[in-house]
Amino acid sequence: MTVRRRLHLAVAHPGAVHAGAVPAEAVDTEVLHPEADDADGTGTAVGPGTEVWAGAPVGSRLAFASFERLARAAERGLFDFLLLDEEPPLPEHRGRLHELDAVGGPEPVAVLNALAGVTARLGLAATVNAVFGEPYDLARRLATLDHLSAGRAGWRVAVSADPRAAADVRSGGAPDPYGRAAELLSVARWLWDSWSPEGVPRPFAYRGRHFDIAGECGLPRSPQGRPVVIQAGDSGRARELAAASADVLLVRHGPLEAARSRYADVKGRLAAHGRAPGDLKVMCGITVVLGDTAAEAQERAAGIRRQQVTPRYALYALERVWGTDLSGYDPDGPLPETAPRTRDGRTRALAEKWRALAGEKGLSLRETVIEASGRQSFVGTPHAVADDLYRYVRQGAADGFVLVPRLPAGGLEEFVDRVVPLLQERGAFRTEYRGGTLRSHLGLSSPVPPAGER
Amino acid sequence: MSGLPHLAAAVDLPGIPDAGAYVELARLAERGGLDFVTLDDSFARPGPDALGVLCRVAPATRRIGLVPTVTTTHTEPFQVQAAVATLDWVGRGRAGWRIDVSTTEGEARLFGRRHAAPAEALWQEAGDVADVAARLWDSWEDGAEIRDVATGRFLDRDRLHRVDFTGTAFSVRGPSTVPRPPQGHPVRVVDATDGPARAVAARYADVALVRVTAPAQAAGVRDELRERARTSGRNPDALRVLVSLLVDLGDGEHAAEPGHGGGGPRPTGRGPLYRGGPVDLAELVVRWHADGVTDGFHFVPVEPRRDLERLVNGTVALLQHRGLFRTFYPGSTLREHLGLARPANRYAVPGATAVPGGAS
Repeated sequence: MTVRRRLHLAVAHPGAVHAGAVPAEAVDTEVLHPEADDADGTGTAVGPGTEVWAGAPVGSRLAFASFERLARAAERGLFDFLLLDEEPPLPEHRGRLHELDAVGGPEPVAVLNALAGVTARLGLAATVNAVFGEPYDLARRLATLDHLSAGRAGWRVAVSADPRAAADVRSGGAPDPYGRAAELLSVARWLWDSWSPEGVPRPFAYRGRHFDIAGECGLPRSPQGRPVVIQAGDSGRARELAAASADVLLVRHGPLEAARSRYADVKGRLAAHGRAPGDLKVMCGITVVLGDTAAEAQERAAGIRRQQVTPRYALYALERVWGTDLSGYDPDGPLPETAPRTRDGRTRALAEKWRALAGEKGLSLRETVIEASGRQSFVGTPHAVADDLYRYVRQGAADGFVLVPRLPAGGLEEFVDRVVPLLQERGAFRTEYRGGTLRSHLGLSSPVPPAGER
Repeated sequence: MSGLPHLAAAVDLPGIPDAGAYVELARLAERGGLDFVTLDDSFARPGPDALGVLCRVAPATRRIGLVPTVTTTHTEPFQVQAAVATLDWVGRGRAGWRIDVSTTEGEARLFGRRHAAPAEALWQEAGDVADVAARLWDSWEDGAEIRDVATGRFLDRDRLHRVDFTGTAFSVRGPSTVPRPPQGHPVRVVDATDGPARAVAARYADVALVRVTAPAQAAGVRDELRERARTSGRNPDALRVLVSLLVDLGDGEHAAEPGHGGGGPRPTGRGPLYRGGPVDLAELVVRWHADGVTDGFHFVPVEPRRDLERLVNGTVALLQHRGLFRTFYPGSTLREHLGLARPANRYAVPGATAVPGGAS
């Protein structure tokens, strides 16, 4: 399948890696951490977060200037949208707060409202967990963003049932995270659609499994009708939920053939929901490392991995698999002789895999973690990366990419300066924004509000 | 009463969801050097999320304080404190939070979690939210982010704290996901006119608003608030009490109703209303402040554009001309405008070094 088509580009502000013992099916966040290996599907990310924090000044994860710089770079590069993650609860390790990853950040919707004031066209998407929170409040805050940005809002509906987050909310838990998130989303749509096409509010009343609400929506229909709905996840359940109702599905980057069959599977699910293949865009979370030559790019990539997996980080990653204190081990020495303190077969198999890897290549403990954790998705010269990205889209593996830069503030500029022009030369990417809304950037039609009484 | 009066204005535009008009009003208020603008909010009436609007206003202004109403009855305390802290980050230390409750059954039905409750219970809960918010703002000590390359540590976990708060209506574990905001604690504002709210104001507010028509009433409420603040262990000088008035600055100087300009505000169904000319309003500000009955005023324009314009170009300009109000902002944070210190962190070990919360 070789179809001439344009790709979509977005950038994700590097959020904190979602580490911890969380049921795998209730976590859809790792797709944006291509370098945090999912430990073979156990739901426990053992690799580092994408962000390399060592180079940036203290406070730069919070300073508005950092977000402004990233947003301006994305808009200069004609990106479809900027995605800002909600900070997960602070990760813990062995009963104490984990100190090694960059964590702590602002509430995303509030930051995007501010960014609406310093950008004109860029889409502005927030990750907001739908497992907690109430539909009226969430729908209203996101519709406010759509109004204030004149039609540029997106909502990545996260499904994260982290028990630590549950300890900070009124409900104190969520027995059916996916069910609640799906119902919350459909109620939010309902609220967004509750004004008539003539601009008159219509009373609503809804009673479902998780919500029983009634009243009148206090905000007129927003410029996009509904903010763009983004979902993430590779599971069948995530694909099905997205096929039923999302505008964008974020997936993990993977090899071309596997990505093509996944893409075909996702698109094939749309018809059953009365939707066309173009109604849902599939975008891969990726990291990119550029160099003037292929060798230089590889060298930079290796350097970044060493920065991410510090000696202390290597011990931490190992402790998470071994489930015991390994602080006495030398990161530059061999892997522990002892077996992991767990009966979990997958974890024991992972440890065996690492041991085999270390033995085969003669790697130290730290080198093993570097070798075993995920790699950057696209490494090469700007020309090679532009070709690879375009091929991926042309061959039906994705509709576009969400770049996850290593630095919150300046991490996108090199890509915008060196790769975007090459994509444009190839006819693979827009040379100007045609419309003003995120829906128009993504080539999505505007939802039509239902007419008549409801 | 020492120093100059503090002045604030509402930028309420009922039902308007677009950014432009709010930006325009906030900039106008900033030209007048006002301490802060408020934007009211309620689930009961049409309009956008006020905190969202003032985040949008933040990069379009430089100095003025930004105080949205955020209600506590149907919202998540953890989310509310994170959003207010974020407004402080995007506004570089200019955030406030006007705390309010949702009393109607109509609001309760939009959420479907509980029925409408008496104001006493809701304000007690609001007090808990105000309390836990400050604890969460303190849950990251200043300087908890260390980025120590030598040890590979991003954080110093000894400077992060769980809050383990259990109130009557909710509990929160913490720490926050948002590091301590630039002001330490964004400025908490409570309308203290009614009884149940007054207790919360005395205990937790940095700024109390009182809707009164007479100087003696203003003095009475102010004295009571200061006394109650003292008995709850606070320094009463860390509480600013502002008289909140609706202002109708008419259609021109001559449009002021005879006798009203000099006669002060009158009670109306919507609250105390000052109707008169901008010059007479300046006289009122000077007199009440000189008499020591109030620390300043919060004005709610009846006609937003017209009255705010007259307030800034008439009333404020006159006060500035007489040296009775600031002509520029000597400080950059809302706390500095209000003459309030950046609060110490309750979890920090006394004597340990504290550095301000980060780059801007």
